[in-house]
Amino acid sequence: MTDLAWIDAALNSARPQAIGALLRYFRDLDTAEEAFQEASLRALKVWPVKGPPRDPAAWLILVGRNSALDEVRRKARYEAPQSEDLLETLEAPAVDLAERLDDSHYRDDVLRLLFICCQPDLPATQQIALALRIVCGLTVTEIARAFLVSESAMEQRITRAKARIAAAEVPFETPGAAERAERLGTVAAMIYLLFNEGYSATGGTQHVRVPLCEEAIRLSRLLLRLFQSEPEIMGLTALLLLQHARAEARLDGEGDIVLMEDQDRRLWNRNLIAEGLALVDKALRLKRPGPYQLQAAIAATHARAARGEDTDWTEIERLYALLEQVQRSPVVTLNRSVAVAKVSGPAAALAIIEPLADPLAGYFHFFGVKGALLMQLGRPDEARTAFEQAIALANTAAEAAHIRTHLDRLLKDNRPQGGTVSA
Amino acid sequence: MLYSVLIYDSEAMTTSRSKEEDDELVARHVRVQQKLAAEGKLGPVVRLMPTTAAVTVRQGREAVVIDGPFAETKEQLLGLYVVDCPTLDEAIEAARLIGTACNSRALEVRPIRWYRAGAEGPESQ
Repeated sequence: MTDLAWIDAALNSARPQAIGALLRYFRDLDTAEEAFQEASLRALKVWPVKGPPRDPAAWLILVGRNSALDEVRRKARYEAPQSEDLLETLEAPAVDLAERLDDSHYRDDVLRLLFICCQPDLPATQQIALALRIVCGLTVTEIARAFLVSESAMEQRITRAKARIAAAEVPFETPGAAERAERLGTVAAMIYLLFNEGYSATGGTQHVRVPLCEEAIRLSRLLLRLFQSEPEIMGLTALLLLQHARAEARLDGEGDIVLMEDQDRRLWNRNLIAEGLALVDKALRLKRPGPYQLQAAIAATHARAARGEDTDWTEIERLYALLEQVQRSPVVTLNRSVAVAKVSGPAAALAIIEPLADPLAGYFHFFGVKGALLMQLGRPDEARTAFEQAIALANTAAEAAHIRTHLDRLLKDNRPQGGTVSA
Repeated sequence: MLYSVLIYDSEAMTTSRSKEEDDELVARHVRVQQKLAAEGKLGPVVRLMPTTAAVTVRQGREAVVIDGPFAETKEQLLGLYVVDCPTLDEAIEAARLIGTACNSRALEVRPIRWYRAGAEGPESQ
């Protein structure tokens, strides 16, 4: 790593903490971002000469705060007395920097920064785009590329989302335990969405968009560093690591989907898996299960099988049944049916998914699973209908192509075939 | 004399590396290890997972398990090398070499008092 690369990495990793602290201080997102920007420019000038500070985040907060205060003072000379009030508040003796830089604030600062990106009236994709811009520091160009939209469209989206945040009431007081837990839940859900946006890329030609997955993992790790004893954050991090570990194996050379059972497990990233497994073990010890931990435990069961045929489907079925209890959702039931098919056969699985026809009428995977089960049961005509419905609902070209291989096989021979959809 | 070279840096930095950057880092370490091995100085090398994967067992009347690392510090122990060097100067030289691979903020060179590689491995006390 060169010095400049080091500075870049240091600025990047200090960013959430620094902007979070500056936001608490100035209570205005634009001011906080500008202050951080200003401090970063100073760092690029000063650090190569004087060497990096021991605590880059504290340095950036201090320098950013001073430069923004100068700005407020400059404005105060010309503008309304409102700015004078703000200046007085900011300079009041109670606002002691030592206290402001206290570590105990950091976690709530970062959590708040993530939380304000999750404004409930913003659509999920805007929440994600905002978090990528503000917290992760991705450029608008990078975010636009990840979402496969034009730069100007993304610029507009982010500007609009920021305006909504500025108008909304931002909770600046230090949260109580219940509030903190609620914020954590909201933020975790946003990170999970971000990961899924990268993992099953909707509405595009690409099936996996790695940078989004990597940013989600980065945010999840950040959250876990701040909330080390939260089993659901351990579960979330583990889940993302275990899923992402399979990224290389999910598509073949032609870009076609490879089902988990058929994946070349040598392509699975063993480092990510090892860390994911360690986190699952650690979380389950606490005996406070939740949806992320259970999903992570399911991913862990897959990861522990050396070969597809070694998969402990009984355990996976048990875990899905537990997940159904804490998170009633037809999609979870659909996933459980895949495990049931392995343990008890396709007829039992079909019986489970039949009541889901209504709630999952627009869901690609429902018809994929249904078609595969009907195929196994030797009912090719019904299977074909299901597969055709799946293709119509496919989110990516790879998904459609994958179902088409089933259809081709059906056309070639009508013998019962194996195969499920759970890549 | 056996020395440990303990590598410290901020975990926020190390966990935000991209895969390419991490691969590069590993390649640099492999080169350093080859050099140390050629000089007959290379002992075991350990890379630790992030402290978020750690638990701490606090000894008391009853041992208590706490989530997270032993100490909440700005810099965490990321990994370590064991090097076999006749003098402290050479150990520091080895640490410098290791430092070129990881570019971390601090490397602690600490002599080893008791070394046991495992049930079958060598032992020095």
